[in-house]
Amino acid sequence: MKSSNHIGLLILAAILAALPLVFSNAYYFDVAIRIAMNAVVVMGLNLLVGFAGQISLGHAGFLGIGAYASAVLTTAGWHPLAAMAAGAAIAGMLAVVVARPIFRLKGHYLAMATLGLGIIVAIVISNESAWTGGPDGMPVPALSIAGFEIAGEKRWYALAAGLLLFSTWASLNLIDSPFGRALRALHGSEVASQVVGVDVTRYKLAVFALSAMFASVMGSLTAHYTAFVTPGLAGFFHSVELITMVVVGGMASIFGSIVGAALLTLLPQVLATLEGWETVAFGSILILTMIFLPRGLVPTLAARFGRKA
Amino acid sequence: MALLEVENLSIAFGGVKAVQGVSFKVDPGIVYSVIGPNGAGKTTLFNLLTGIYTPTEGDIRLEGTSVLGLAPHELAQRGMSRTFQNLQVCMNMTALENVMVGAHLRLDRNPLKAMLRWPALRATDLALREEAAAHMAFVGLQDYVATRADAMSYGALKRLEIARALAARPRLLFLDEPAAGLNPKETTEIDEVIARIAASGITVVLVEHDMKLVMNLSDHILVLDYGKKLAEGTAEEVRRNPDVIAAYLGAHA
Repeated sequence: MKSSNHIGLLILAAILAALPLVFSNAYYFDVAIRIAMNAVVVMGLNLLVGFAGQISLGHAGFLGIGAYASAVLTTAGWHPLAAMAAGAAIAGMLAVVVARPIFRLKGHYLAMATLGLGIIVAIVISNESAWTGGPDGMPVPALSIAGFEIAGEKRWYALAAGLLLFSTWASLNLIDSPFGRALRALHGSEVASQVVGVDVTRYKLAVFALSAMFASVMGSLTAHYTAFVTPGLAGFFHSVELITMVVVGGMASIFGSIVGAALLTLLPQVLATLEGWETVAFGSILILTMIFLPRGLVPTLAARFGRKA
Repeated sequence: MALLEVENLSIAFGGVKAVQGVSFKVDPGIVYSVIGPNGAGKTTLFNLLTGIYTPTEGDIRLEGTSVLGLAPHELAQRGMSRTFQNLQVCMNMTALENVMVGAHLRLDRNPLKAMLRWPALRATDLALREEAAAHMAFVGLQDYVATRADAMSYGALKRLEIARALAARPRLLFLDEPAAGLNPKETTEIDEVIARIAASGITVVLVEHDMKLVMNLSDHILVLDYGKKLAEGTAEEVRRNPDVIAAYLGAHA
């Protein structure tokens, strides 16, 4: 791991530790928790999109699978961790099953196929109202592990911050490993990676499943945190939001994923004061980012200051 | 036994017969060159041998076992590696990382261990860093270890491809026009690199236009013209073959 990554991890840990000291009320905690949870999903998505170069416009579908697996199974009396694992297993398996035909496609076609996948998941969740409550959503039992209930903003913040820090560390380790190099190599040149032995199809499949499981686990936690789930969680707009976080923060940048998630979670809160104009302001900021920082915030700024992110 | 045996190999793209009924054998430990005028089918032959294309006819045997229809990554598992005439370098990575990808098959590729920074996996990765730097020094790229691939010159990238192929520790190495686009000084350096590769015991199959380099390095030469075998033999035999002279200089027969 590069020394700039060590410094980045330390700064992240320091920020996460310091934030509770300056937070004056539960609202700040709530925003920070949602940023951290989004950041982990975006990191997983960035492994697929930024590092391996495969687009997914349906990633919220996997998040929805995790959220509803936890909602439905814990309501039926399952242990929350077992429900979470089941969700991740379902999301991972679905990813592997659909990935084989999907990854024969490239570019726009791959985008369309994954978009369709996400929409199908959202429709299934909406229609199976006997289990999921349909479009109205359903309540989710609290998350308690071995008698210890994760309740209140301070505990949730500790959990989300810890997970974010761990995911950042794990993702940085992954991209700097044989597996991660194979992913980046197949992005750079598929044929070159094939002739040195990289089974390109298998790696695309593996990273798709991995990022699906990232999304599913965070979907489960989101469900417990918000205590209520609706099909919108798996919907198209949520998928687009996740991809936007990847692109704005920076493709193939782990720290960029955090910045992208933070910015796009915060912006709507800040812009809410504009009353009705917030969507316009939001869109303008995105367009300007893409024009002036086309590689995304963190890689562009890092290059400007002469260091690699 | 011959390391590589090619029998009656043919491929047609629509009506174009790019390679027709080509047969030859490559003995272990030699430099075997494939030459021929532009469009003779040399690169197509390479793409057939390395699994990029599937032949319409014929057989390819590695140490007596047919490897027909195997994917490039499966051929890599059997000890074959190659470079490309048109560069295939991962521009999103550093030079050293490109070479490290070459060692892919020898490494523990488990993503979960990687995420948890498994000590054994980290140790092999650090050792590989040293080894990859040595491969870069072997091809004369010792000054480029930390350079991003997209900041390197064409000539340096040509050599980077060779270093990556060597990191796979192949028994059989295919070099597709390693000297194409290089200046005379760089060509001499590539000549020396290939000679050192051959001296290390790796069997080299070479496609090249630079005749001085081919004649200097080759133990055996195959001449292709219009997708067919025109001649075969040592450098001296090929040089004196009237058909070869006719193909290169134009015949007045």
